[in-house]
Amino acid sequence: MTSVTDPAASAGSGDPTAPFHDRDTGRRLIGRIAGQLDRLGADADRPVRLMEVCGGHTHAIFRHGLAGVLPAGVEFLHGPGCPVCVLPMGRIDDCIAIAGDPRVIFTTFGDAMRVPGSRKTLLQAKADGADIRMVYSPLDALELARRHPDREVVFFGLGFETTMPATALTVLRAEREGIANFSLFCNHITIVPTIRAVLDSPGMTVDGFIGPGHVSMIIGLRPYRFIAERYRRPLVVAGFEPLDVLQAVSMLLEQIARGAAAVANQYARIVPEDGNPAALEAIAAVFELREFFEWRGLGSIDRSGVRVRERYARFDAERRFAVQGVTVVDPTACQCGEVLKGVLKPWQCKLFGTACTPETPVGALMVSSEGACAAYRQYGGLRGAA
Amino acid sequence: MCLGIPGRIVAIVDAAAGLATVDVSGVRRTVDVQCVAEPGGTPDQLVGRWVLVHVGFALSIIDEEEARATLEVLAAIGEAEVEIAAIRASIEPSPAPSVAP
Ligand code: SF4
Repeated sequence: MTSVTDPAASAGSGDPTAPFHDRDTGRRLIGRIAGQLDRLGADADRPVRLMEVCGGHTHAIFRHGLAGVLPAGVEFLHGPGCPVCVLPMGRIDDCIAIAGDPRVIFTTFGDAMRVPGSRKTLLQAKADGADIRMVYSPLDALELARRHPDREVVFFGLGFETTMPATALTVLRAEREGIANFSLFCNHITIVPTIRAVLDSPGMTVDGFIGPGHVSMIIGLRPYRFIAERYRRPLVVAGFEPLDVLQAVSMLLEQIARGAAAVANQYARIVPEDGNPAALEAIAAVFELREFFEWRGLGSIDRSGVRVRERYARFDAERRFAVQGVTVVDPTACQCGEVLKGVLKPWQCKLFGTACTPETPVGALMVSSEGACAAYRQYGGLRGAA
Repeated sequence: MCLGIPGRIVAIVDAAAGLATVDVSGVRRTVDVQCVAEPGGTPDQLVGRWVLVHVGFALSIIDEEEARATLEVLAAIGEAEVEIAAIRASIEPSPAPSVAP
């Protein structure tokens, strides 16, 4: 993994259909970024610090070794936008408790199977006999409910606004079709309060944000305005290909050089200004904000999660099953919170690579391939690859 | 789960229910297309369009050339295989021709 240009080989350099992964464009962009950093006087000692909020970007940055091909004057901070990584242990315990009911078929995205709860993971609970099944889509869970009318099918809904429309539309579909044995264990979270928590955290050093591409495809650009207006930080929504990220970096540096702070869109081919109205409508119909929601490593963040509205109570696993909602404190040595806020680098956590490895994860950041610690373990070792 | 994958809408399964067959690099499955339907339009108009599919839901229309280019890059870095394997292993929702789970 030497450079951003690897994937372009197959797309064909100069191919007009591949404007987002062209080799020459990549080189030009890197050159432009180097010039911008020079003019800003940024170097390894005084880097411009950019936070990618979304785990997809964390993954892309490591996968393509982007930090390694950029000058040391820019530093990536990996934000809290991997929904699997911020799942508190108590929530996994709740899942296992629900799945322990013999009537239940518990369904989940594969990503959540290996996240540690306080005693075990969903994978271990499955090995111990619970009926836990990995599904690709909440629609698959609904299909299981149709096929097993004598069982209770529970879907573990998690993710930011990207996956929220899918679960909301599945609940609406269950209602339309009168499927009574389907319910949702809702652990969806919202991006904006999360970014606010980062901005308000002591030791915050973020100069600009690479905004999440697919969350923004749903919510549009308006919800980010407070970041520019109140916190005076620029945010550029970006796609997930190497050149998308590089272009976003350049757009951020351009704003920083002018002392500007605005919300901009690098990913206009997918992200409309106003988001996706049909998806937003489904979200608003089914979900309402919780007063607060517990995050792994970050503690409780006000109005950061959603729950199922009263109107759809019969599809709400929290109401149908006795979910305890216990808070389990993270192991004291675990520093996921500091890493999530960009205050510490993964390898600065005392457990990194010793007690905490991809095989024996202590924190969820080591589980998901979008988690900073796992990405660093897998692709790390390059200069500046953090 | 968060990245999604481009696919092409090849047939409408159930217009009223907003379900269509989407082809993702040769693997087909039923996808919910309610979020990409033109307001006031008919679902037939979607046939042939490329969409970005997240966990069984089409959430954005994409330009054909861009979709192909994205797939090439995803394939080159091995990212597409994971997603396609997940789709292949997924449960085909009725009323489409069903595949044993
Ligand atoms: S090394 Fe493990 S415990 Fe430490 S921050 Fe990373 S995931 Fe958390």
